[in-house]
Amino acid sequence: MIITEQKSFEEILRMLEPFNRIFIIGCGECSTVVQTGGEEQVKRMAERLRSVGKEVVGAVVVETPCDARILRRDTRNLKDAIESSDAILCMTCGAGVQDIVEHLKKPSIPALDTKFLGIIEHIGEFYERCRACGECILYETGGICPIVRCPKGMLNGPCGGMYEGKCEVGGYKRDCAWILIYNRLKELGMLDIYRAYRPPRDNSRLNVQPREVIWVKT
Amino acid sequence: MPEVFISELMRSLKSGKFTFTGELEPEKTTNLTRYVEAAKKIKDYVVACNVTDNPQSFAYISSLVASYIIQRDSGLETIYQITCRDRNRIAIFSDLLGAGALGIKNVLALTGDHTTLGDTPQAKPVFDLDSVQLIKMVRRIVDEGVDMNGRPIESPPKFFIGAGANPNANPIEPELIKFEKKVNAGADFFQTQVVFDIEKAKSFLKETSKYNVPVIIGIFPLKSYGVADYFDKNVPGVKVPKDLMDALAKASEISDKNLRRLKYDEINLNYFSSFIKELKKTTSAAGCHIMSVGYEEIIPPLVEASR
Ligand code: SF4
Ligand code: SF4
Repeated sequence: MIITEQKSFEEILRMLEPFNRIFIIGCGECSTVVQTGGEEQVKRMAERLRSVGKEVVGAVVVETPCDARILRRDTRNLKDAIESSDAILCMTCGAGVQDIVEHLKKPSIPALDTKFLGIIEHIGEFYERCRACGECILYETGGICPIVRCPKGMLNGPCGGMYEGKCEVGGYKRDCAWILIYNRLKELGMLDIYRAYRPPRDNSRLNVQPREVIWVKT
Repeated sequence: MPEVFISELMRSLKSGKFTFTGELEPEKTTNLTRYVEAAKKIKDYVVACNVTDNPQSFAYISSLVASYIIQRDSGLETIYQITCRDRNRIAIFSDLLGAGALGIKNVLALTGDHTTLGDTPQAKPVFDLDSVQLIKMVRRIVDEGVDMNGRPIESPPKFFIGAGANPNANPIEPELIKFEKKVNAGADFFQTQVVFDIEKAKSFLKETSKYNVPVIIGIFPLKSYGVADYFDKNVPGVKVPKDLMDALAKASEISDKNLRRLKYDEINLNYFSSFIKELKKTTSAAGCHIMSVGYEEIIPPLVEASR
């Protein structure tokens, strides 16, 4: 899940300053689940904008705004309203905003801050779990990602900053990823994997940005 | 073939002599006179002296430059500390060649504290390598004369390669495995974090003696009660023993400045000389790393008292 948080209303108004006629797009996937860009949040945003004198010319929750095909499909019938707007307020993740800009060609304003790829423990309790590093090594680490959960991205065990299983970053409140990994692999009887030397990561492909995945027919 | 000694530190450790090392921590300055003077003072008592690399992530003078100048001007061999926090593998490699060109003989390869702990928490943490990978990189530079991709270096440098270890780690098993990884990566010697508890030092040395790599135990003489108190409260995993703490507290009440100083020195000499004697007598410790930053004057009498 892509975890997002709504920006403060003041910040949203500041970005919308030059625009009067606003069209709002929400997201039917992640932002709906996380409750930052679903039906209810879009409705509430429209009300708040109206209450400060903005004209909301339309609103829609696109099923998957980051999928160009779905974005086009779900906005087809709303062309005129979008056309007549000064700007689109996007209650989507950053990828959604950029898909909207590219295809609807209107000034597009992010209403959300995109935080991370994570899991939902409860609504209101989200944890980062993947940084889309491009080469998943979870099989070596007992399913615990050291790229995300170790602030130093250590690959060969805990650093000297580990204390009683906790991490020096953030004041010894969070678990040291490498102690979690050690315990998990030990539990699984896989300490051989833990003992193995892990070479430095190859960033050469990651460094060519933005990253693209394009299927080549074989 | 007779062994070629890369450094005095190597010679001393290989000879099996109990070896003392010191530590200097040059800060935000371009003037190293103070540190050169400190190095001169301890020169006859320690074999070599660490020069820290932006310790606790505080932005200070380059450890490479300071290692070079201190070694050149004091005549005391330095141990150039290099961390992975601020430099990617290109920069580290290039600094290592620079160190070779400047006649640096020993390096201590560390991961480094996290940027958020220091005085510039806004900085981007690099950590392109971790300590084990860094040790391996230096090993290949020295042994094979190649960079990380196997490309040859013209006149590769020779270094005696050090690694860090933490006898206080809890749980200890992952730390012991890491120790083994560092040995396999090519560490020539270890210097540990500060240990006060002799039992911790003993059990750590017992676990690691099978690798036959010299382990130098870190100690931290406490200049005053204030220092001890700060240390006790702010360095996780390290507790100053109660009797030592109490003795320092009592000394802090002495109103005469000189008498107080004498008392502090006496307490440190008593405590740490028996610690060192015990290490010498009952363990395989290769030596003692005296981290007496700002309290260098304790080193000569302490080394004398520990004979
Ligand atoms: S290793 Fe971690 S960051 Fe990389 S893909 Fe796997 S979970 Fe994501
Ligand atoms: S304490 Fe553990 S999680 Fe934190 S930086 Fe060190 S190795 Fe990583």
